Amino acid sequence: MDVILAIVIGGLFAASVYSLLQRSLFRMVIGVVLLSQTANLIVFTAGGLTRGKAAFIADDATQLAEAAADPLPQALVLTAIVIGLGVTSFLLALLLKGVRKAQIDDLDKLNPL
Amino acid sequence: MNPTLLIIACILLPFAGSVLALLGGKSLRFQQAVGILAFSLALAASCALLKFTATGEIATVVVGGWKAPYGITLAADILSAMMLVVCNLVALGVAIYSLKGLSVERQTTFFWPLLLILMFGVSGSFVTTDLFNLFVWFEVMLLSSFVLMSSRAGKSQSAGAIKYVVLNLIASTFFLCGAGLLYGKVGTLNMADLAVKLGENDSMLVQSSAAMLFIAYAIKSAVFPFFFWLPASYHTAPIPVSALFAGLLTKVGVYAFMRTGTLFVFTGDSNMERILMVAAILTMVTGVLGAASQFAMRKVLSFHIISQVGYMMLGLALNSTLAIAGAIFYIFHHIIVKSNLFLITGAVEHSIGTSDLSKTGGLYKKLPWLAMLFLIPALSLAGIPPLSGFWAKFVVLKASLDSGEWIAAVAVLAVGLLTLFSMTKIWNEVFWKKVPEGEERELKKIPATMLAPIVALAICTVVIGLFGNDLFKLSEQASEQLLNPQPYIEAVLNPNS
Repeated sequence: MDVILAIVIGGLFAASVYSLLQRSLFRMVIGVVLLSQTANLIVFTAGGLTRGKAAFIADDATQLAEAAADPLPQALVLTAIVIGLGVTSFLLALLLKGVRKAQIDDLDKLNPL
Repeated sequence: MNPTLLIIACILLPFAGSVLALLGGKSLRFQQAVGILAFSLALAASCALLKFTATGEIATVVVGGWKAPYGITLAADILSAMMLVVCNLVALGVAIYSLKGLSVERQTTFFWPLLLILMFGVSGSFVTTDLFNLFVWFEVMLLSSFVLMSSRAGKSQSAGAIKYVVLNLIASTFFLCGAGLLYGKVGTLNMADLAVKLGENDSMLVQSSAAMLFIAYAIKSAVFPFFFWLPASYHTAPIPVSALFAGLLTKVGVYAFMRTGTLFVFTGDSNMERILMVAAILTMVTGVLGAASQFAMRKVLSFHIISQVGYMMLGLALNSTLAIAGAIFYIFHHIIVKSNLFLITGAVEHSIGTSDLSKTGGLYKKLPWLAMLFLIPALSLAGIPPLSGFWAKFVVLKASLDSGEWIAAVAVLAVGLLTLFSMTKIWNEVFWKKVPEGEERELKKIPATMLAPIVALAICTVVIGLFGNDLFKLSEQASEQLLNPQPYIEAVLNPNS
């Protein structure tokens, strides 16, 4: 499972870098979104994958009976997703404004330095 | 006062201020009052915190009562407290400047709440001891800075904002990946716990994460070769926003380098130190050369942020008590000076309507006191004694000579000289030369609320220059704390409260 996810992450990174390097602003935004999702996947995978064992403590116990999935990376990913959502919506709004007001749609036409 | 309360006050005051300002809604006056009050109180709280930590103790807060390393502990040592003091000082100055220095339309588009949230994020970054929490503080800071930069933007601002946003998002992604991988390898995100656990292990373990964190911090603090977003975006924002960003945001990146660098990422790794050294020298040189080629006041100053960040990184790369003390002193001096230079640029623009060096001139005759006010931070930036920048540069230079790093020493001197060249260029073009033909304009009067922060920050620069000894001793103490992090680790893992 880890190996498959590692390959998927690699592929997603490649795809996001490819989109980031496009001239069209909209594709660049897609690249940014992909990139942040890939990062979430990395955090999720790096935390260790455990199948079907949620970290719930039984009513009559004070600690986990057996090794379970680590909930912390999932909490981290959740936080990162929320932040990513906010950032993405802001980026889209900025893009819309750029396109509408300033007719920016081509990265090469952004003024240099 | 209780140090625990002081840390909480430093974080919560800006936050409470922004909530109040949002609730205050349409009344601009109310928002302004809340903003300035919040920054003043935060400045007072951070000064008290500095007074407490200067004794060598470390203030801690266990958030929510969750014990370290599972919960998040906030901790402030001398470095944190110093950063809080100087950032709140500059924020207060910028806030006062904005009263008249920023158009009412801009101020009413959530300027004050956003400014407060920005400081909320900055203050949080300085006291957190959790790597993921640091990421979250960075995001708080970044999101508000995105909006500050792009609200009411025209074409060039939109273009600048897009570059700023995208590059910083990529940096955040690297940060997240680095932190996630580190958690996968070590099983903790508490920086003190990381330092303990990695201390027992091979440094190979940390290197992949260190590389990612390096890139993330380097983009945020505009270190070579990741600085291109900065000169492309900073000059487009309104002046008070530029001044605050120029002073604070890159320095938060440098602080992250120092904190995590001395705790676990780069310690005892000669490869990492070498990379830092090369990056620092190249940052200094490329930044100053970029500045030399520019011909607008804001752009010249933007490039100088980069070259000055190089000095701080050099101090960190040399990794001796003296060098890091120099870097800390440098940050303290630089935040004040750089923000002040941007504020002065704003005053010039307010007065004659432009800061393009080909259109300005003759201001020395008309506004001699503004010229003098410009000279203080400008010469300080270039490192002319007895101003604050001289001592900062001197210490970094001495540290590099002590370590036998001749190339670094030569770079320090050469970059200092080129900085002087840039400052002289601005002086000549804005103040000294005759007004270019067809560019005579009526001078607008500069309001007192714009001048007051400039004067206050200039006085700070002179005072640090004349009485630099105390500040330097404090920096040295902070540097010793960074290099012998055992008490810090102890305080974070076993907080008393």
